[in-house]
Amino acid sequence: MTDAIRFILNGEDVALGDFGQTETLLDYLRLRRRLTGTKEGCAEGDCGACTVLVGRLIDGILRYETVNACIRFLGSLHGTHVVTVEHLAARDGTLHPVQQAMVDQHGSQCGFCTPGFVMSLYGLWLSNDAPSRAEIESALQGNLCRCTGYEPIVKAAEQVAAERPSSLFDPLERDRTEISARLWEIRAHPETIIVEKDGARSVIPANLQAFADFIADEPKATIVAGSTDVGLWVTKQMRLLDPVVFINHLTELQSISADEKGITIGAGVTYTQAFEVLSEEVPQMARLIDRIGGGQVRNMGTIGGNIANGSPIGDTPPPLIALGAELTLRSHSGKRTMPLEDYFLAYGKQDRMAGEFVEKVFVPRPREDAYFAVYKISKRRDEDISALCGAFHVELDMEGRVASARIAFGGMAATPKRARHVEEALTGQDWNWATVSAVRELFDQDYQPLSDWRATAEYRSLTAKNLLTRFFLETAGAPTELQRHELEEA
Amino acid sequence: MDKTTFETKNTINGPMHASLRHDSAHKHVTGTAEYIDDIREPADTLHAALGMADRTHAEILSVDLDVVKAAPGVVWVMTADDIPGFNDVGSTGQHDEPLLATNKVEFHGQPIFAVIAETRDQARRAARLAKIEYRDLPHWTDIEGAITNGAPLVVKPMTLHRGEPEAEIGRAPRRLQGRMEIGGQEHFYLEGQIAMAIPGEDDDVTVWSSTQHPSEVQHMVAHVLGIPNHAVTINTRRMGGGFGGKETQGNHFACLAAVAAKRLGRAVKFRPDRDEDMAVTGKRHDFRVDYDVAFDDDGRIHAVDATYAARCGWCADLSGPVTDRALFHADSSYFYPHVHLTSQPLKTHTVSNTAFRGFGGPQGMLGAERIIEEIAYTVGKDPLEIRKLNFYGQPGSGRTLTPYHQEVEDNVIARVVEELERSSDYQARRHATIAFNENSPVIRKGIALTPVKFGISFTMTAYNQAGALVHIYQDGSIHLNHGGTEMGQGLYVKVAQVVADTFNVDIERVKITATTTAKVPNTSATAASSGSDLNGMAAYDAARQIKERLIDFAMRQWDVPHEEVEFLPNRVRVGAEVVPFDTLVRAAYYDRVQLSAAGFYKTPKIHWDREAGRGRPFYYYAYGAACSEVSIDTLTGEYMVDRTDILHDVGRSLNPAIDIGQIEGGFVQGMGWLTTEELWWDDKGRLRTHAPSTYKIPLASDRPKVFNVKLAEWSENAEPTIGRSKAVGEPPFMLAISVLEAISMAVASIADYRECPHLDAPATPERVLMAVERLKAL
Repeated sequence: MTDAIRFILNGEDVALGDFGQTETLLDYLRLRRRLTGTKEGCAEGDCGACTVLVGRLIDGILRYETVNACIRFLGSLHGTHVVTVEHLAARDGTLHPVQQAMVDQHGSQCGFCTPGFVMSLYGLWLSNDAPSRAEIESALQGNLCRCTGYEPIVKAAEQVAAERPSSLFDPLERDRTEISARLWEIRAHPETIIVEKDGARSVIPANLQAFADFIADEPKATIVAGSTDVGLWVTKQMRLLDPVVFINHLTELQSISADEKGITIGAGVTYTQAFEVLSEEVPQMARLIDRIGGGQVRNMGTIGGNIANGSPIGDTPPPLIALGAELTLRSHSGKRTMPLEDYFLAYGKQDRMAGEFVEKVFVPRPREDAYFAVYKISKRRDEDISALCGAFHVELDMEGRVASARIAFGGMAATPKRARHVEEALTGQDWNWATVSAVRELFDQDYQPLSDWRATAEYRSLTAKNLLTRFFLETAGAPTELQRHELEEA
Repeated sequence: MDKTTFETKNTINGPMHASLRHDSAHKHVTGTAEYIDDIREPADTLHAALGMADRTHAEILSVDLDVVKAAPGVVWVMTADDIPGFNDVGSTGQHDEPLLATNKVEFHGQPIFAVIAETRDQARRAARLAKIEYRDLPHWTDIEGAITNGAPLVVKPMTLHRGEPEAEIGRAPRRLQGRMEIGGQEHFYLEGQIAMAIPGEDDDVTVWSSTQHPSEVQHMVAHVLGIPNHAVTINTRRMGGGFGGKETQGNHFACLAAVAAKRLGRAVKFRPDRDEDMAVTGKRHDFRVDYDVAFDDDGRIHAVDATYAARCGWCADLSGPVTDRALFHADSSYFYPHVHLTSQPLKTHTVSNTAFRGFGGPQGMLGAERIIEEIAYTVGKDPLEIRKLNFYGQPGSGRTLTPYHQEVEDNVIARVVEELERSSDYQARRHATIAFNENSPVIRKGIALTPVKFGISFTMTAYNQAGALVHIYQDGSIHLNHGGTEMGQGLYVKVAQVVADTFNVDIERVKITATTTAKVPNTSATAASSGSDLNGMAAYDAARQIKERLIDFAMRQWDVPHEEVEFLPNRVRVGAEVVPFDTLVRAAYYDRVQLSAAGFYKTPKIHWDREAGRGRPFYYYAYGAACSEVSIDTLTGEYMVDRTDILHDVGRSLNPAIDIGQIEGGFVQGMGWLTTEELWWDDKGRLRTHAPSTYKIPLASDRPKVFNVKLAEWSENAEPTIGRSKAVGEPPFMLAISVLEAISMAVASIADYRECPHLDAPATPERVLMAVERLKAL
């Protein structure tokens, strides 16, 4: 056991044993290191002004991802490379090509969001030689600009994409081997790290077993993976959490695999990683990924966390439930598996016992000829929370009748919930417009949604019905969903 | 500096009309541009947080702050009793805006006290611990509630009247009456409100404030502290966005920081969290427009009678001039032969609404465009035809008089619209849109081309003045200061271009310095799009004075006539001799020539009599037009902007690159206002859309998929403004009306374009779907 985390900040090795259990990376950078290029715009992971890159070894490969420093806790940074905007320009002041492109294209006005945009563009530039407009827009989903209207920023991304000169000027390309080695060295002999400050603890377990042991002893500990939800408990609600146990580094929870039966997703797999596989295996899921958060949130948030916290408006439970996913919970004493929908008991209440944690979710592979789709409806198309999210999974028999129907919605009830009445009414019927138009009204028996700032109950009810219509039309070969870019482009 | 290069150079870097990059661009992209929170604080700086009411309208019975005071790190808790001067930060002198509430709460979140602690985190945590007892009073948060409850008006309303609307409305062949609801808008500047105060000797205090109006902050701080203005200095290098949200709304934070700093003798920084910022600072006014219009079978307007009711919030702030400007733009680009317009600035139990890009103009104009749209659907024509039919005419046409009795003398709207109609291929695309809709049951398209005519000048005539200060040092480097503030709009670089141009020197020689009340006093807010018009002219005046002194000196020294002194790029020709600029400057210094000058400018020609509703409030108009095409999904109400073409008039642009940026950014911001940006209060009076998680401004993927923006290259301001340019900050915002109307057309396709969809703003997917349902039910 040890009492300090180790990470690399820009070029510097940092060993930090003095930090609070919910101290954010942003406060550390700005207040303690005076790296003030990284800005606070919202402190809730929505505006991207605080965007930095975090590099970590994934299957031995150093991968840099954009994250929101404002809701990222220091305890989650052990064994990573944190890169801020100050690291980009050369020592002689020569701008990095990404920065130069922003200058050339007049991509900044007030400039406050600009360092965050530079980091998101940098993340894109590192990972994509020739991004399409769709990919550029996707990479910028987590960054708000109120001045420019974005056109010059997109042009900057296009300008710099073409520039792939020698790696000499780029600090991350130049130092890749060396940084990898340093991160390997930090991770070489994992030990559980416990940092105590003012009586509160950050716990970074050495491995999955250590985590299971710890959570068995201290079931009231707050488990933090991506902190895209828990981060706001701290920055907005100012909740005191103690102890906080970090699991984002546990490789045992980060495996994702697909076989002929289906896809198994470890609880610690991020949205970004999960959808790389899910989009491949269940292509209709590809529509959803760009609609969840921004890139920074997708790089941090996990499928396990999205399920574990039991939000009625989480975006992954509806499609996973519709696909028949099974959830595995684990504790010191063993494992249990349940249909995912059974995990959600009531608003804010899940079937997770003291000392248990979400280990993985298994998603059965849908039949080749099954109809499946997921639709998210939100006020703003991208980076918004669902007003409602509906997933439809219908299998027909040889006669064209509905053999099975699984329909699940978020945003329509206190939990993610199946539309049992609609499912039942569809089953055994011919899959045609007469059937669909007859069962639409049964959604009113399944759901009595609320009115709030995202939508009224009337809108939610009507749209749920219309989504079934949309689903039917699409299975009949009449796509109705507005697509800004052709999907294959994305 | 190399003399030979000066002598061979034919042009300077950065004259007027050149596309220069933003002066801070390099610092923006490297993260080195300094915002107030980035300034290295003095030792022992304290941090403040607001203690906010959790009632919407209530009497305060008791306030128990013992737990707050005892919380870790708390140094002081400040209440209204601790204010040495006046407990008032109202910008209009009505004394209706206490800095801290005393016995009454009038909106949810109203500040009651402030906590000063060693760290910001400690201050924020402590601020939540107060025990306050209230007695609830009835509240209303919207226009409907205000009208139902007979709410008072926060300022005297304005009426504009011309002709005989009362008689004409009954006389015309056709008449329609309608109502439009228009939502407000949060500024969402990326840098929130912030102030840092450092106490000095005697009464002195210096405040770094993120404000568009340093002079007003200065006056407010002095007013609250009960000290003379001369003791207060306000500094503003740059804001991370303003958009009107920092015209008056920075006052609170600066005043609280200053009071605490003077009391405690330590620097105090006040940076609210985003949620607090959105809860306690004002927004764009919501409006309800009730209109009664008379017109003929062609769609030509005879008379308009309209009332513009506004949600003003709990106190006046700028609601008077905002609602006035709504009426000044209730004609959009159209001549109303007979007209009667009234404002209704209603008090509501919400945060006090304030300036926001366009300042009431967008709401006024949107009401007019709805009138046009409804006439078009009524007579069965393309709205663009109705627009053209009703445009103001050229001088002599008898169709040039506005409802406020100002002649429109510089009208170019017909030309702008015609050119855009051609370049955007509007007619063919409209036909294609209608054809598409005939064969598309679920996805529908719409296209609309809408005009903008926006009056430039503060309607408060006194504000149309500006000062500047220019020094030339002995090495020939130039120090420039003026009263305008930089919020991203590129004002600093434009004014520097003016000075560089005047001396004919490279712009690198001109240092742009932070706005401060100590260098240029009694300035106006950087607002009303007037920044470069006013400050550009003031800086020109200062530079011109020094230039004349340099010419006089050269004439004396070389004994040549005036015309033999010529400012060439970075050098001056005096008779047969050519000397580098800095050599001339140094020689002038040794001859004891004053190399510093204060410049001043006031806008000519303007005057306004609000009581009479007559005058010339505007020096000139800026024009533009936009054509937008959208697709909507009639199952969900979701939509996308497929393409927007813009042609905009900035006169002779001072900096085309900067101006294009203002147009693109203004358009997208306007689009947000009319589409996804929705403010939502619950029945307890709490604003529930108080952060970016719930309040949705446009993203990169919301901007028009094809976005063509052009300046009207041929345009020149008819008035002698700086470089014959025109203001650009606000006018492009209203180009976004084209998006709302295109969505409306897509909805109208449901009922074969026979009915006006009456799509209110913001047209969220929900509003669009509900409009579709209304039309389906017909």
